[in-house]
Amino acid sequence: MDDENSNLRWKNVLLVAFGQKKMFKRFIPAVLHLFIYVAFLFTQIELLEIFVDGIFGTHRFFADKIGFLYPLIISTIEILSVGAFVATIVFLYRRNILKLPRFTMAEMTGWPKKDGNLILLLELVLLVGVFTMNGTDVLLQEMDPKHYPDSGFLAVSSWLGPLLFGGFEQSTLVFLERAGWWLHILTVFGFLNYLAYSKHLHIIFAFPNVYYARISSRGEMENMPEIMNEVKSMMGLIDEVAPDPNMDAALPNFGANDIKDLGWRDLLGAYTCTECGRCSSVCPASQTGKKLSPRKIMMDVRDRVEEIACNIDSKNEDFKIDQSKVLNIENYQDGKSLFDRISKEEIHACTSCNACVEACPVMINPLDIILDLRRYEILTESTGPQDWLPMFNSIENSGSIWQLPNSRAEWIEESN
Amino acid sequence: MDELNIPLYADVIASGKKPDVLFWVGCAGSYDARAQKVSKSFAQILNKAKINFAILGDEESCTGDPARRAGNEFIFQMSALQNIEVLNGYEVTKIVTACPHCFNTLKNEYPALGGKYEVIHHTTFIHQLFEEGKIAVEGGAFKGKRITYHDSCYLGRVNGIFEVPRKLLAQLDVELVEMKRCKSNGLCCGAGGAQMFKEDEPGDKRINIDRIEEALETGSSVVASNCPFCLTMLTDGVKAKEKQSDVDVYDISELIIQSIK
Repeated sequence: MDDENSNLRWKNVLLVAFGQKKMFKRFIPAVLHLFIYVAFLFTQIELLEIFVDGIFGTHRFFADKIGFLYPLIISTIEILSVGAFVATIVFLYRRNILKLPRFTMAEMTGWPKKDGNLILLLELVLLVGVFTMNGTDVLLQEMDPKHYPDSGFLAVSSWLGPLLFGGFEQSTLVFLERAGWWLHILTVFGFLNYLAYSKHLHIIFAFPNVYYARISSRGEMENMPEIMNEVKSMMGLIDEVAPDPNMDAALPNFGANDIKDLGWRDLLGAYTCTECGRCSSVCPASQTGKKLSPRKIMMDVRDRVEEIACNIDSKNEDFKIDQSKVLNIENYQDGKSLFDRISKEEIHACTSCNACVEACPVMINPLDIILDLRRYEILTESTGPQDWLPMFNSIENSGSIWQLPNSRAEWIEESN
Repeated sequence: MDELNIPLYADVIASGKKPDVLFWVGCAGSYDARAQKVSKSFAQILNKAKINFAILGDEESCTGDPARRAGNEFIFQMSALQNIEVLNGYEVTKIVTACPHCFNTLKNEYPALGGKYEVIHHTTFIHQLFEEGKIAVEGGAFKGKRITYHDSCYLGRVNGIFEVPRKLLAQLDVELVEMKRCKSNGLCCGAGGAQMFKEDEPGDKRINIDRIEEALETGSSVVASNCPFCLTMLTDGVKAKEKQSDVDVYDISELIIQSIK
């Protein structure tokens, strides 16, 4: 798809996803996040060795095979890890002690709050595991060089190890080294499973989400050709649209009131959202105490997908629309919709200013969803704020947003 | 004010000529008393630069932007398709408008409906006039004056035009003081997305009050804007803060017309 745009899409992946460009709209959290991100990327090298050692029963497989590169790589990881450790502590502090407004908004209670803290705590566990492993290893290399190959000088562990574990019995060190190794790899495996249940999934989905992010003008709402053609035929601009032969067919839904009416990009966005709240912290409605929070829109969409997916997985026949067909998203009903989670008051508060779109570091677009919900409300439900009716009627009847008897050119009479 | 010459498109065509550019006035520019002044200022600039332009008058309808953003695609399509009929009928190629909502819809949304034109916001157009030497600054009515500039969402964040209006203000030798939330981080005035036409949802504060407080913090005596709806919201904000005697809200074209020959 969009072949001619794939260059631009890859450029976005490079700059925005890999390069964290949009994160730097806020410098301090951007730098802190960068430490965790780069440390995570580089740690994969050490993790590879941990896997190799685990599978083949080796110890520090690469230590005596790549010469000076080994201490260089491990030292780089260690320095980045110290940065990540500090960043994680600062992030916990910002969430729980400083209580930054964007982390304490209404939607950030219960599970989302726990999720945020759990991720940070697990990161600390990972780092404690690695530093215990490396720190004890440095000491063991001197005690038992046959089993513990020389790693060379490690930027952090070569002084932190003796500082923390100096004077320990060799057997204690062996135990601690293994404990660190297991702690790290078990946390990695645990984390990988946990990802699917957590906002932390952004570490994977940020990349496809940025690639597939909307690149057409922000100023263009997606056209609705079915309505355009209907209006064209009403105005006699095209031949009469053939009447639908099936008079019993349900009226089409316009806009969206549930996830199956949304685009897959919207759902991908919902799963990419890591609930940082930058969107809500710049939203004019959120900032002035209105109920709308763009982050909550994304969380509600994701929670609704989860709800429907669980119900489909349950194979409960009650969720079928047509009992003769299989239960899937097309043949699913539970009497609920996104409007059970997102109130009308929320979508009515949006000024379509695009601040949320601009703010998202991974190019999620809450505005498209809000406007789709508005389309459903107005076009399918024929409801909406009463205040809008005079505006609609005026445009329809007099071609102006205000119902006025005057000529549109009257202002020039006064000046000409 | 000098005598203005604002021809109707139909009259120009009837006389066998063709305007070079259509001035799209918009609903606010046509009917709102405050925005009419902006329309006149801009028309005066066009006159001074001897631009061959015309307006549609009663042949112009709302672009449909507020209906579309409220969710009413039917009303949008009706208004938009009617406009496109008129514009294509006259074979219009170039449109200038003083409203960023009209600008955005004409530029970004009409092509999908069959209306493709070169669409320019009036700030960009005025900037071009300076570049081409068709107008020049004289007198310096605002020289050294402390001015802050409010980015409208649909010119700024949505269409990426941040620098041109600032360049215009720089031409006037004003002391431009930025608000904390400016350019791509600019705060909405509160009117967009059809909010202009309804009561606010319950909250702690009106958005325009939040914005004007930020503008007042800069200590500016003028808030410059580029949108008739921002103009209304910001002016209301100044009134609510009872600062009418200290602070004026102007469209950029109004500052220009007071500063050129």
